[in-house]
Amino acid sequence: MLDLIIPSMMTMMTAATPLIFAATGELVCEKSGVLNLGVEGMMLVGAVFGFIGATVTGDAYVGFLIGGFSGIMASLIFAVLTLLLVSNQVATGLALTIFGTGLSALVGADYVGETIDRIRPLYVPNAADGPNVIQLFLGHDPVVYLGVLVLLACAGFLSRSRWGMILRAVGDSDVSAHAIGYPVIRIRFAAVAFGGLMAGLGGAYLSLAYTPLWAENMSAGRGWIALALVVFASWRPIRVLFGAVLFGGITIVQLNAQAIGLGIPGAVMSMLPYLATIVVLVLISSNATRIRLNAPACLAQPFRPER
Amino acid sequence: MLRLEPRASHSVLAAWLSPLVALVMTVITGTVIFIAMGKDPAATLYIYFLQPLVSASGLSEVAVKAGPLVLIATGLSFGFRAGVWNIGAEGQYILGAIVGGGLAVFFHDSTNALLLPSMLALGIVGGMIWAAIPALLKTRFNANEILVSLMLVYIAELLLVYLVHGPWRNPQGWGFPGTRTFPDAAVLPVFFAQHRLHWGLILALATPFLAWFLVAKTRFGFRVRLFGSAPLAARHAGVRSTRMIWMTLLIGGGLAGLAGVIEASGTIGQLMPNISPGYGFTAIIVAFLGRLHPLGILLAGVVIAVTYIGGENAQIVAGLPKAVTGLFQGVILFYLLAFDLVTRYRLVFRRERGPEHA
Repeated sequence: MLDLIIPSMMTMMTAATPLIFAATGELVCEKSGVLNLGVEGMMLVGAVFGFIGATVTGDAYVGFLIGGFSGIMASLIFAVLTLLLVSNQVATGLALTIFGTGLSALVGADYVGETIDRIRPLYVPNAADGPNVIQLFLGHDPVVYLGVLVLLACAGFLSRSRWGMILRAVGDSDVSAHAIGYPVIRIRFAAVAFGGLMAGLGGAYLSLAYTPLWAENMSAGRGWIALALVVFASWRPIRVLFGAVLFGGITIVQLNAQAIGLGIPGAVMSMLPYLATIVVLVLISSNATRIRLNAPACLAQPFRPER
Repeated sequence: MLRLEPRASHSVLAAWLSPLVALVMTVITGTVIFIAMGKDPAATLYIYFLQPLVSASGLSEVAVKAGPLVLIATGLSFGFRAGVWNIGAEGQYILGAIVGGGLAVFFHDSTNALLLPSMLALGIVGGMIWAAIPALLKTRFNANEILVSLMLVYIAELLLVYLVHGPWRNPQGWGFPGTRTFPDAAVLPVFFAQHRLHWGLILALATPFLAWFLVAKTRFGFRVRLFGSAPLAARHAGVRSTRMIWMTLLIGGGLAGLAGVIEASGTIGQLMPNISPGYGFTAIIVAFLGRLHPLGILLAGVVIAVTYIGGENAQIVAGLPKAVTGLFQGVILFYLLAFDLVTRYRLVFRRERGPEHA
């Protein structure tokens, strides 16, 4: 029985990790009042440049960092357009996703089918002994732990730190924050860049550890699911963790059902995460008061300091 | 120093110039990309932007590609005007193809003249059903229409994959994923025997004019515009947001579905997994590039269709990856959004105020 449960729980965490990264980044970004719908594009950019970085340097961790950096670069395009040129955030985010999808497919074309030395787990038990419980705690790769740590750090930052408070103030009332003298635009730039970094890292995790290869559009909607997770979590980081693990669990159900062969076609089973996202959105959003209480009041509102 | 001053009203001239500037900038960016990739920029630009327009077959292909783009973008423009963000047109397009094309799969030996019109009608219904889901969930449960409509794209794609691999697979297809080819009665006739250009073009040409009439001349159109630009005023004027969300999503879904069934019937002649090169997403760019104006969309659809065909040609002739097209489409939208600034703000060169004024 353990032979089945432990690997499933392991995969649940690895499936959750890209979502943890991307959703945490987007959460911080949205808390500052900026809605970046380009998560999917930034993840793809992170995935492809992370993979190329790993191929060129031969080190998956260097690739991981390059993936994060490329995510920042992509997010800065969005930041310049929406924050300096006051463009519509929804449209610009969509443009970023379209751009990221195209760019990643273009630069990744020569790397399809390449293999890399992937990011490895910390601890692997002897194959003869089979899975054991220690594996559950120590058997992941370092990035999984990093994701949870960053998420917890963000939770602490937003709720307890001075700058976290300022960031939330900017997201709840940009005009007042500006009047008090906080640099609204600069804070939002930082938040968007952080979102880009995290989406890039989440994407890089996909191509360097989750499925260590590059394929066009390999994020398969995870960026959008991450956006939904932020709503699901009602903008609370800890709930992002639950949401991401829940989605990891759904992935496992889907994979196992396919392996056992319940007679449900693979394509139908693959719909599960997307269906679950819709169901979750409906359940959470139907409580309008809860959304209104927790959503940043200035989310997606354009802001230009007149003086 | 350069300052931005808000304009009292949007500049119409700037609004129509910014797509042109965006196009020119995209061509310049393209040149840089081509040079970076070690291609001869002049030759590649020619292949990309002009070659599709110099031959009859090229023109026919451009029209074939522009058709679905214009149809979908026209539908989306209603929602975008009203601030209803339906970005799942790709899914509505696929559902239109499934529901409309399904009729041809079931009656694969029919010669009934009613088959084709019924398919087109069912295609519209299919797209509307798929768009009704985000409309219902938005109005009833307050669920974000962006995310719901997008999730439905993935579900629609998987549904199509399931159907053409499973129950609807052509029994004589040697295992290739795809349905039977449609009977003649289910195929939109072509204009010229040697080109793919079909009667779907007429619908794609007529729709923007119809839409223009709807937006500019009817009360419904006025309400859509009012709802988008001044939601509070609209509410006081008695415009019900529930109704607006339903109407704009259904229009968008219906036209996307129509585009899907036209593509399946006219251009492809069967259902298969990749019936769309991302039309539903590209149409978002077409809608913005056309300034959400039906006639602008008609022009923008042709421009974007040229880059599709140019991309295909460049892949064959110059060995450029097809993905360049997607990159260009993203870049066009970036430039467009950037230059939109000048429709709302005036650029003023002014000396920084000195300390004596402070």
